[in-house]
Amino acid sequence: MQEYFSLFVKSIFIDNMIFAYFLGMCSYLAVSKSVKTAVGLGAAVIFVLFVTVPANYMLDKYLLRPGALSWLSEEYASIDLSFLSFIMFIAVVASMVQLVEMIVEKFAPALYGALGIFLPLIAVNCAILGGSLFMQQKDFPNVGMAATYGLGSGIGWFLAILAIAAIREKITYSNVPGPLKGLGITFIITGLMAIGFMSFMGISLD
Amino acid sequence: MSLRDKIDNFKKPFAKGEKYEKWAPAVNALDTFLFVPNHTTKKGAHIRDGVDLKRTMITVVIALLPALIYGMYNTGYQHNIQTGEATDFMTCFLFGLWKILPMIVVSYGVGLGIEFAFAIYRGHEVNEGYLVTGLLIPMIMPVDIPLWMVAIAVVFAVVIGKEAFGGTGMNILNPALTARAFAFFAYPTFMSGTKVWVADAINVDAISGETILGKLAAGNAAGYDMWSMFAGSIPGSVAETSTLWILVGAAILILTGVGSWRIMLGGVIGASIMGLIFNAFHVNALMEFPWYGHLMIGGFAFGLVFMATDPVSAAQTTTGKWIYGILVGLFCIMIRVFNPAYPEGVMMAILLLNVFAPTIDHYVVQSSVNRRKKRLAAKQLKTT
Repeated sequence: MQEYFSLFVKSIFIDNMIFAYFLGMCSYLAVSKSVKTAVGLGAAVIFVLFVTVPANYMLDKYLLRPGALSWLSEEYASIDLSFLSFIMFIAVVASMVQLVEMIVEKFAPALYGALGIFLPLIAVNCAILGGSLFMQQKDFPNVGMAATYGLGSGIGWFLAILAIAAIREKITYSNVPGPLKGLGITFIITGLMAIGFMSFMGISLD
Repeated sequence: MSLRDKIDNFKKPFAKGEKYEKWAPAVNALDTFLFVPNHTTKKGAHIRDGVDLKRTMITVVIALLPALIYGMYNTGYQHNIQTGEATDFMTCFLFGLWKILPMIVVSYGVGLGIEFAFAIYRGHEVNEGYLVTGLLIPMIMPVDIPLWMVAIAVVFAVVIGKEAFGGTGMNILNPALTARAFAFFAYPTFMSGTKVWVADAINVDAISGETILGKLAAGNAAGYDMWSMFAGSIPGSVAETSTLWILVGAAILILTGVGSWRIMLGGVIGASIMGLIFNAFHVNALMEFPWYGHLMIGGFAFGLVFMATDPVSAAQTTTGKWIYGILVGLFCIMIRVFNPAYPEGVMMAILLLNVFAPTIDHYVVQSSVNRRKKRLAAKQLKTT
């Protein structure tokens, strides 16, 4: 139980997708103008990560990694399909994003309109593929750990986009110098936020 | 000819449409430094209180002075007990003054220089916010930090942390803490360890040069009694050691209504809760250290009173202030205990909560909007 908890906390704060790896920046920068849409996109990312990371874990375990096919027959034990991981992972991610898109369009048409192109673009959000690839690299012992990691990374990304959206709503009243308006100041804010998140660097939860 | 007339005469070429118009902010700043500007509200909301930004900031500076003066004394005291010199008040104080005054001068010189340059370039007035920031920065640095590092940290904090957002009142992180965090990550050898906390630490064997938090993190006993921790005769950053004199400052801030007592009380509650939880576990030296001791050592009191209450970067709503304060306390003790890289947690805790303060405010405002909507809906249901 304890390792699940520490992995969960670790993936939210210490290995934060945005502030530790700077992954998923495109939608993070583009959709963070208002808190409402940021929450919508964040929730979608949590869902997609929570589903795709364990799904890809199963794929990796029973299909891709060296010797994974041995459950079919002993003669396949020497086959290594890991060169296919990118394409398989992205296929799972893309199909999951299609599903999310349909759900959002059906149940929250306003949010669907606000998210626009960035909803289908979750498929190429680096944080999502990054989640699956980190999962492969970290070599979790079971699917529960992979799901915990996916959920934690998603929540970390959600917190980051929520915080920056609130900050950007607040600084609409600030007198930002012309050349820095828009993306420039957002990059500076992200850097300053990363200083805040440095509080968790170096914590070892074991 | 009075001084007023002289200034007015001097200001003539700087008026609108005159030759030196764009230098006006600099001259106005000097003018308002000497005379209270008599701007009055002409229309719209009439504010009856005479307190403006300048008075607010000066109040904070006054509240900082007790801690600063004690900090100068303590700098000398820590130095003199290691060299075995006299430890009477004046000797120690003068030594500390000699050490700390250059830091203050550098901080004000560099920071105000940038403020004036931006004011002239961008055509806004010079604000008084830097009076407090510029004093806070030397107060939270180790005493032996080279002056050029103070200067660079100030440049980063003022340009990136503040002027990029449009100046006083618009930043998201506390500028003084931004400066300290910058120095902390850029020059770690000058900001932590055993040798930096006592001035000219040549004879470190004679005394312990470590801060109490540093010792606890290394698994040793604190080595000081509670009274020294409370009164502040312990090694640490320049002015953060004396909880007693910081409390005097806190009293000034609360009585004048400048600092938010909700944030301060919330922080104490949060830190006490977290301290009690860790006391219940007591696995290592930091967890065993009593919860009330955690409130007195390190920069907790200083950060909570003077930096967490910064009205710009803290949460602005009443409920938000409670949440913000409690979370600062919780995170401060948590970072101290869990993170071996930072024995001092309060700087990072406040910066982290600065990042989330707008989020807290957003949800507090949303929830009260929703509550009122519900009330309105209930009322309409009744009348129809």
